[in-house]
Amino acid sequence: MTTTRELVLNTEPFLLNIGPVHPSTHGVYRMRATLDGEVVIDIEPVFGYLHRGIEKLMEERSYTGCIPLTDRLDYVSSMTNNLGYCMAVEKLAGIKVPEHAEYIRVIAAELQRIANHCLAIGAMLNDAGALGTPFFYLWREREKIYDLLEMLCGQRLMHNYMRIGGVSQDMPEEFLPALKKLIIQWQRFIEEFDFFLKQNEILIARAKGVGVLSRELAINCGISGPVARASGIKRDLRKDDSYLIYDRFKFDIPTGENGDCYDRYRVRIEEMRQSLRILEQARKQVPEVPAKAELPHLVHPPAGEAYAHIEAPKGELGFYIVSDDSIAPYRCHVRPTSLINLTALREMVRGWKVADLIIIFGSIDITMGEVDR
Amino acid sequence: MTAALSAEEIISQLNDKFPGAVEEAGADSVLVKSDSLLAAAEYLKTAKGLKFDYLNYITAVDYYQYFEVVYMLTSLENNHSITLKVRCYTRDNPTVPSIRGLWQGADFQEREVYDLMGITFEGHPNLKRIFLWDGFPGHPLRKDWNQ
Repeated sequence: MTTTRELVLNTEPFLLNIGPVHPSTHGVYRMRATLDGEVVIDIEPVFGYLHRGIEKLMEERSYTGCIPLTDRLDYVSSMTNNLGYCMAVEKLAGIKVPEHAEYIRVIAAELQRIANHCLAIGAMLNDAGALGTPFFYLWREREKIYDLLEMLCGQRLMHNYMRIGGVSQDMPEEFLPALKKLIIQWQRFIEEFDFFLKQNEILIARAKGVGVLSRELAINCGISGPVARASGIKRDLRKDDSYLIYDRFKFDIPTGENGDCYDRYRVRIEEMRQSLRILEQARKQVPEVPAKAELPHLVHPPAGEAYAHIEAPKGELGFYIVSDDSIAPYRCHVRPTSLINLTALREMVRGWKVADLIIIFGSIDITMGEVDR
Repeated sequence: MTAALSAEEIISQLNDKFPGAVEEAGADSVLVKSDSLLAAAEYLKTAKGLKFDYLNYITAVDYYQYFEVVYMLTSLENNHSITLKVRCYTRDNPTVPSIRGLWQGADFQEREVYDLMGITFEGHPNLKRIFLWDGFPGHPLRKDWNQ
């Protein structure tokens, strides 16, 4: 990209470290950016500041004992991490989950998706310069979701709620009425919030056409989730490889056309609407039967391997588990959505200014706990 | 898995195209020889009717006698998947060809396997440790690694 600066002034590229301790790198991500003035020529991502060796730790714990570790992968959506892991073990051991528990799982997962997108959108807008206001609007509403999740499992962030064969405890009596109230509140809130921002001149100026990710590149890089859908890839595992009871609900898969930051924002807003639709349907359909399958205390799957993947808020989250016929996984690999979604960042930011780099990075929505594991 | 095309059909196609390349065929996975991995992967990616254009993940497992590298491919168009596997029978600098040229998504994941399992991907443009620092002793996901 030729800049006016280049034409009049002789400049030379220089290296700038962004992160690991930087408010807009959402954790401990570090980029070694090569800049020419304010223009990004190249970036080199540096990982590993949050590497805790979770895959290794899983090898020495029982199958149930691994669940709390999965909370600490993508720590802003631990419900879905729990779910992905439990589904992989259930697939490996051939365990059937009671219908009631499947409903609870869907409700918890969709609540988690909305909560995650609150952070994703809020942080992206923060990065765009809308400091505070939209972020705290979302934060206020996200807190209500966490109240509900706390009602289920007693925890706000590290839920540790899903169990192999079901969930740790049934939902309390007051949960469904509270959910009903929340859905009504949220339906109103999301319209209000979107009304403020949809045509917002500043957001459009900052996000439209910025950080375009083409469909071909997204497929080649293995990008999934809202980022892929914003680039026009109509893929959602809830429909394409339906799990739990998602085939019972009516919902749409929103997609974008341009694959820019604005589309990624739009897709997330639309996904929150669709999640509310699913919640509303699930709330009405929940049957009255036990929530956990009758299982021995120690799960002991036969030797073999299984891969289960779910549509987590950030994209395809998968667990590949190898069993050697013991009570602990022989090997457990997490398909890291956040790490793989970062693959295309380099191509997306080339030629943009540093300020754009921050919003492009923010629009991908990553959690370092999942990148480094 | 969603499978419009059964794994058997895919495997028989691979057998026809690359005689001797398939070592073992599972229910939804196929084990190929390490030297024919690139050709098989490229065929799976581009052949008409297959079009496995999406690389889900790469990982590796240490089975003591050998390392197994696992690739999962999905066709977005046809909505079917297959797991591709290769084995290295040596513990001393095991090597498999890199598929980074076919899928850019392999970039970080091959680096991760190299870092934690110690498998070298030949042809990877930037193969260095990704999570651990240079000079870290050994590769922690190997079964014989001691803290």
